[in-house]
Amino acid sequence: MALRLRLDKPWRPLTAEVVDRLPGQLGVYQIADAKGTIVYIGQAGARSAFGLRSELQREASQRTLGHQFRVEVNQQYRTRWFELLMVHQADHGSLPIDNAKNPPPALGRLSPN
Amino acid sequence: MDFEPSSEQQMLIDQVRRYVREEIIPLEAKLDPDASELDPADQARLVEKTKAMGLYGIDIPKEFGGPDIDIVTRVLLAIEMAQHRAGLYVPCYGTFGGAGLAQIFEANEDQKERYLYPTLRGEKKPFFGLTEPSGGSDPARAIQTRAERKDNGWVLNGAKIFISGADRAQYGIVFARTDASKGRAGITCFIIDAGTPGFHVRRVVHTLRSSSYATELEFKDCWVSDHQVLGEVNKGFAVANDRLTRQRIPYAAGCIGVAIAAHEMAIEWAKMRSTFGDKLANRQAIQWMLVDNEIDIRTARHFTLEAAEKARRGLPFRTEAAIAKLTASEGGGRVVDRSMQIHGGMGMTKDLPLERWYREMRIRRVGEGPSEVQRMVIAREILGSSLR
Repeated sequence: MALRLRLDKPWRPLTAEVVDRLPGQLGVYQIADAKGTIVYIGQAGARSAFGLRSELQREASQRTLGHQFRVEVNQQYRTRWFELLMVHQADHGSLPIDNAKNPPPALGRLSPN
Repeated sequence: MDFEPSSEQQMLIDQVRRYVREEIIPLEAKLDPDASELDPADQARLVEKTKAMGLYGIDIPKEFGGPDIDIVTRVLLAIEMAQHRAGLYVPCYGTFGGAGLAQIFEANEDQKERYLYPTLRGEKKPFFGLTEPSGGSDPARAIQTRAERKDNGWVLNGAKIFISGADRAQYGIVFARTDASKGRAGITCFIIDAGTPGFHVRRVVHTLRSSSYATELEFKDCWVSDHQVLGEVNKGFAVANDRLTRQRIPYAAGCIGVAIAAHEMAIEWAKMRSTFGDKLANRQAIQWMLVDNEIDIRTARHFTLEAAEKARRGLPFRTEAAIAKLTASEGGGRVVDRSMQIHGGMGMTKDLPLERWYREMRIRRVGEGPSEVQRMVIAREILGSSLR
């Protein structure tokens, strides 16, 4: 049985107060603007000091108020990250705006059901 | 058989060993522990280095511009190339180039122009589509993807799974059943272009090998012309089988390389680490683990070089390749496991490469034919003729 392809958890406000309570585990995350448009898909890899918490703290410090986020704890953060990028590209015809500025080399293509 | 490297082989071994230690490992220290790619600029720089070493395109036959390395030397170098964190599945991050798919060397002239030469020039990447959801160990019977005659071509319907690189490839080799009544004599090999209507890369398949992924493919009324048949109709299984047998030898060599790297780390740690007032290296429990590592590595190395030597001489090597693959993948797994045990808690962390090797080495007991199939191959030989 295939795992769920898309992240569909509810969005949470990207504020220091919320992200400070995140786990220090590895995983992937999405950032959306106030309208819910995904602007970035990121990963918290093993070089992050406190995994998802560190990455989202950095995001919160760099983005304006009103942004939202959701996370998925996942040891397979790299392959899941590639998967989310490819699924987004298949669904929307392009990468999220902030990923498109620095796309991963040789990103593959999926045509998910 | 004497498996001591010749002076020429030793020179190449030293050259590759130096390259791994001076070029690959320092870059790797800055990458994510699960990374499987270098920064593109580093990749390009290192490819120039391997070209200068005369070893780029190491698996390309001489007649197509390869460096003319025999399979025994190739095994010795593969053992060296695997001795870094990503080395089991991405030895030296591909900076020695790849041959693409061995089967494409068997293509006709038209197919060589369209696929082989662009692949050798690095313009196209292929994938190999054999395994199906119905099973991978017995492809002759498990293949359910069908190809039926239509409009001077073939229509493919079915699915493939655990296919590496299909989402990034420009073409692939796909095996399909063209005669349901003939078992392994009813399978044909097709070349499928990535953009062919009806060919879909449906999803990523996540595995223990979290540095990169496999994919699941679907063929839905996917029409290809007769020009896309590789080799002869209904003779595709021989193409696959030849690849599976040959592939087992370098596959074994990679396991040995990682085992050596893990073992060397364990020896170094045992000499340095003290518990209860003495070095780990002075404790019999640790010594015996290191001895078992040594035996596993030497056994696998011997059998792998034996298989390579038989292949080099043009002798049958199917049984030897099975023994090599079996001893290297199972022995390599034990070596990494013991080396982790010697390292204690540190061995479990992503700070060290051991945990990645542990996960990836586990896959080696299944990939390229599981241990049980290797034992079947060996058993057939034993039961079919006396050892004497």
